[in-house]
Amino acid sequence: MLTIEKLTKYFGGVPALDEVSFECPAGRITTLIGPNGAGKSTLINCVTGVLTPDRGSVRLNGTEICGEPAHRIPYHGIARTFQNLALFPRLSVLENVLSGLTVEAEKGFLKSIFRPPSTRNRERRLRLKTREMLDRFALADKADWPVSILSYGDRKRVEIARALVSEPRVLLLDEPVAGLNVGESAAIGAEILRLRNLGLTILLVEHDMDLVMAVSDVIVVLDSGERIAQGPPQSIRHNPKVIEAYLGRMSLTA
Amino acid sequence: MNRKDRILYFIWLHRTGLTIGALGLGLALFPCFQDNPYILGISNLIGIYLIITIGLNLFIGYAGQISLGHAGFVGLGAYGSAVLSTDMAWDPWLAMVLVALLVALAALLVGIPTLRLSGHYLAMATLGFNIVIYTVLIQWDRVTGGPSGFAGIPPLSLMGVPIDSEFRFHYVIWPLAILFLTLALNLVRSGLGLGLAALAQNETAATSLGIQVSRAKIQVFVLSAVLASIGGSLFAHCFNFVNPHSFSIFSSLELVTMVVIGGLGSVWGSLFGTALIVLMPEYLEFFETYKDIIHGLILVVVLTLFPQGLITGLRYMARLKIVQRRKRANH
Repeated sequence: MLTIEKLTKYFGGVPALDEVSFECPAGRITTLIGPNGAGKSTLINCVTGVLTPDRGSVRLNGTEICGEPAHRIPYHGIARTFQNLALFPRLSVLENVLSGLTVEAEKGFLKSIFRPPSTRNRERRLRLKTREMLDRFALADKADWPVSILSYGDRKRVEIARALVSEPRVLLLDEPVAGLNVGESAAIGAEILRLRNLGLTILLVEHDMDLVMAVSDVIVVLDSGERIAQGPPQSIRHNPKVIEAYLGRMSLTA
Repeated sequence: MNRKDRILYFIWLHRTGLTIGALGLGLALFPCFQDNPYILGISNLIGIYLIITIGLNLFIGYAGQISLGHAGFVGLGAYGSAVLSTDMAWDPWLAMVLVALLVALAALLVGIPTLRLSGHYLAMATLGFNIVIYTVLIQWDRVTGGPSGFAGIPPLSLMGVPIDSEFRFHYVIWPLAILFLTLALNLVRSGLGLGLAALAQNETAATSLGIQVSRAKIQVFVLSAVLASIGGSLFAHCFNFVNPHSFSIFSSLELVTMVVIGGLGSVWGSLFGTALIVLMPEYLEFFETYKDIIHGLILVVVLTLFPQGLITGLRYMARLKIVQRRKRANH
C-alpha cells in the first residue's frame, strides 16, 4: 500500500500541491485525474524522488520513502512510465527493456570489467527475463530494432515492458494511452487490468475518461494542487464538485 | 542445426573473443613481417593513443559527455612518470601505477564539481583544466624543464631486459592495449555499460531505473583519466623525452577527433579512428602541413554524414537496412 500524506510542494510561493493525502490500496488501481496544472505530474515527481516535497510523507507499506533520491526509488519496488515517452532511442528494444533490470544488474566495477562466470550467468539470466517480457508484449520479433524506428504504440509498449520487467510492487503510469488509437488504448487498458489481477498496486494518471472509468478502483481528483474528491468511479462521475472543476470545464470545451 | 550452422553460430556467439584473438595473433606476428623500426614506431604510437582513446570513448561515446581536456591527464601521466623515474630513480612500472592513482584522485577532484555541468559548459570547464595543466608544465621549469621539455627518461624494463627498441616496445604496448580493449568491451556489455548508454540518452529515465547518474559519470571520467595517464606514462618511456606542447588543448582536440571519427560508443571504432589519424600524416605529405585544417574538415564531414561517428553510424545504417528488408519480406 502506498500512502501519501499531506504532501505539499511550492513553486516560488505558489502551491503546486497543497496537503494532498490519499492511499493507493495494495492490488488496486488508483487513478489520479484533474485538469492541466492540477498537480498530477508534481505528485508523481514527488513520489519518485524527482522533486523533493516541502512537507508531507510518502510511505510504502509503512516505510518512509519521501526524500529518498530518485535513483533509490526503484529499489523499493516502484517502477514508472513517463508522460512523454522516455526511451533510449539509439538502444535496441531488447536493451531498452533490459535497462529496466538495472536494480538487479552487477554494480561492481571490477566484476563488470573482468566478467567472471558469476557475472556472465547473471547477465544471461537478466537477458532471458527480458526476452520473456518481450514475448509477453509481442515485441520479440523486434528485439534487435532500434526503438527510434518503432511505431508510437510499440514504443509505449516498450516503455511499459521496461517498467514491468523488474517485477515491481507498485507501478506508476503517467498517461499510458495518450496519443494511442482506440484499439491500442483498449489493449493497454486490458493489460493494466491484468496487472492488477496479478496483485500489482497501480497509480494511474490519465486524461482518457473511458479508460479511467473502465479500470479504476478508486479515483482521486486534484484541482489547483488540492484533493477535491475521492471515491469509486460511479461517485466521481456524479460528484458536483468534480463536474464543476473538471468534467464541467471539459464539457464546455467539448 | 547442421554442422555449418553450428560453426556459424559458434563464431557469432564468440565474435568478440574471436576478433580479439585474431587481432592479438596478427599483432604478435606483425614484427616478423615488418621489422622496420620506423613502421614499428608508428604502430607503437597507435597503441599508446589507443589506450587513451578507449577511455575517452567510454566518457564521450558511451556516457555522452564531452572533454576537451584529456591531454591534460595524458600530460600529468607523462610528466609524473618522468619526474618519479628520472629524478627520484623509481622503478618505471611502480611510478606508472602510482601516478595513475594520483591522476585518478585529481580526476575525482576535478570531476565532482565539473561533471554537474553538461554540453558547452562541460567543454569549457575541461578546456580550462587542460590550459591550467599546460601552463603549469611550462612555468614550473625547475621540475618540468619548462618549454624545452624533459629529457633523459629511462626506458621501461621487464625482468631486467630494458625495453629500449621499437621491437621490444611493440611487445609491451600491444598486450597492454589489447588488455584495456578487452576490459572496455566487457564494461560496455555489462549492466554498468548499459547504464552509461542510458544516461547519455535520457538522464531522467535512467535515474528512474536506479542509475545514480552523477556517480556513474564521475566513475567513467576517473577511469578515462587513468587510461590517459597510463598512455602518457608509456609515451614518456617510449620516447625518453616529453615536451609540454604534446599536451596542449590541440592534442585534446586531436584525441576527440580520433574518438569521433572512429565512432561514438564503439570500442572498435576507437581503434579505427586512432589508427587513421596517426597514419594519415605518414602517407599523405600535405597532411602534416595542413594537419589542423584537415582534422577540422574530417570532423565536419563525418559529423554531418554520421553524427554518431563513422563506425557507429555505418553499423546503425546496416541495422536499419536489415530491419527494413525483413519488414518488407514479412508484408
